[in-house]
Amino acid sequence: MEDDSGAPPPYSPLPEFSEKGPRVSATTSDQVIRRSSGATGDLVFAWLCKGAGLLVLLLLGGIILTLFLGGLPAFRHFGLHFLVSTDWNPVEGRESYGAAVAVAGTILSSLLAILLAVPLAFGIAFFLTELAPQWLRRPVGIAIELLAAVPSIIFGMWGLFVLVPFVQQKIQFAFGEELAAIPLIGFLFESSNYAGTSIFAAALVIAIMIIPFIAATMRDVFEQVPAVFKESAYGLGATRWEVVRSVVLPYTRTSVVGGIMLGLGRALGETMAVTFVIGNANRMAGSIFDATTTIASVVAMEFPESLAGSLKQSSLFALGFILFVISFIVLAISRWLLRSRLKA
Amino acid sequence: MSTTTIAFTRTAAEHATARAMSRRRRLIDHTVRLFCIGATLVGLFFLASILFTLLVKGLPRLDLLTFTREFQPTTYGDPDAPAGGLLHAILGTLVQSGMGILIGTPIGILVGTYLSEYARGSALGNAVRFVSDVLLSAPSVLVGLFVYQLLVLPAGGFSAIAGSVALAILVIPVVVRTTEDMLQLLPNTLREAVIGLGAPKWKMITLIAYRAALSGIVTGVLLAFARIAGETAPLLLTSFGNNIVSWNLGNAMGSLPIAIYQQANSGFPDLIALAWTGALIVTLGVLAINISARLFLARRK
Repeated sequence: MEDDSGAPPPYSPLPEFSEKGPRVSATTSDQVIRRSSGATGDLVFAWLCKGAGLLVLLLLGGIILTLFLGGLPAFRHFGLHFLVSTDWNPVEGRESYGAAVAVAGTILSSLLAILLAVPLAFGIAFFLTELAPQWLRRPVGIAIELLAAVPSIIFGMWGLFVLVPFVQQKIQFAFGEELAAIPLIGFLFESSNYAGTSIFAAALVIAIMIIPFIAATMRDVFEQVPAVFKESAYGLGATRWEVVRSVVLPYTRTSVVGGIMLGLGRALGETMAVTFVIGNANRMAGSIFDATTTIASVVAMEFPESLAGSLKQSSLFALGFILFVISFIVLAISRWLLRSRLKA
Repeated sequence: MSTTTIAFTRTAAEHATARAMSRRRRLIDHTVRLFCIGATLVGLFFLASILFTLLVKGLPRLDLLTFTREFQPTTYGDPDAPAGGLLHAILGTLVQSGMGILIGTPIGILVGTYLSEYARGSALGNAVRFVSDVLLSAPSVLVGLFVYQLLVLPAGGFSAIAGSVALAILVIPVVVRTTEDMLQLLPNTLREAVIGLGAPKWKMITLIAYRAALSGIVTGVLLAFARIAGETAPLLLTSFGNNIVSWNLGNAMGSLPIAIYQQANSGFPDLIALAWTGALIVTLGVLAINISARLFLARRK
């Protein structure tokens, strides 16, 4: 060492080695080394980090607990009937609340959104990994990712002013009768709601919002397929589609499903965008052009005007608890399916 | 060798079948290719349509008044009434998002450090990582409900502090993910070199590892800021919104997303126009932060 100018070195390396190993100050020159500071500092920092980790666990526990406790009065008052009741009546004296409409709206709109989003997301991922020339991949990839950065409320406004009129005029008015005439599934398109705000508009907006998440996951896992696998298939004369269908998709199947579940988890909790376009009616949707509601949008619409401690507020907490349980399960499955990708 | 013999002994009918099959395969391949290019164009079209709509509807009110005035009631039917602005909302968003970042970032970095440096492979570490990843995608409106129960009810009213805490909870998982990812990219030889020089582990982490991973962590914080700046639902339940400039953290405070939400639903054309301007400001801000975060990371790499 070159720093023995002032005080003599506090140790001679060789004998010290037998005790705890040499400690050398890496930063300052004439500092006397204090062994205790390192040990105490290590302990404090390790516990800080661990404490922060425990805080995250506590956060999840706290969210579940507060939602459950908040919803407990409603669960007590209505019992299991809360889950199947389609009531939402805040009139004093005749108050009655049920979760069925919002739960059904949440699940149906999310599933419909997944149905719309998955093919498009797959197309984008396929384009970005196999079709696009190298120079195009980065800018297009970033543009798709930017779609995920646009705030939910912006999708809501855009949905209300652009997408809803489109659904109303270019789809429902233009093809509504033809669609309703299709045998067996025609009833899905038959609706007396012509406002355009509907479960279909909501699903469309949600689909656009989750496409980037699903596409990004698919692209990442597609890229992890060993090049030699694909090259072998190409070498045998396979077309790009055959390579993707027979090599890439089987290799990445689990992660692809995980990515779709991630999109589903996001879709279930989508709030502001849905609030703008779903119509917010407490009615079961019998057709994709019907207005209905979702858990997240009921909470966002009605919570700010509900009285603290009221049965209505408790019912909203109960709805929140149900939503948390559903999306927790979906997201947990997604994490589990994606675990191999995370380890890689 | 054998392939050539087979090719030579093909009958005319076999040739025709082979050609038809390869035509079919090529057709399917082309169809899928077209579909994928179409899907990408559709995705890009949505982004372009959103930006175009925002520009067309938001630019008319993108003037100085918007940045210097607070909310004013509608001027509809009364042209002499003063036009309102979004100053209260812009300041509110900056204050609450800034505080959310200040609270959430240190916690997120510590958790990320724990996962990468202390808990690799441990059960507790896996549990923390799992929960953090779930929170990353959990519905933000439920975080609002949680903070309402935790801070708003006991305090007796909506407050900017509650809003900031709700945003901080959304910041944590984003920062955790980027911090852990960035720290794991560091080579173990770097850690061994620092420890080998005799530095305690905490100094190795704070002085060396953080510095090496700095660009990634900064990117994570920027992305987290971009995410919470546009959050509406959790703020609706915690800081509620306000029509005047407020610096009191114990009171309700306005924010851009909430101002947009309320004015877009007001039904008055002039307020809706202002809501579009607010939407334009939020979106451009969020996208600019996103792009610069990516550029920053790309340049440092």
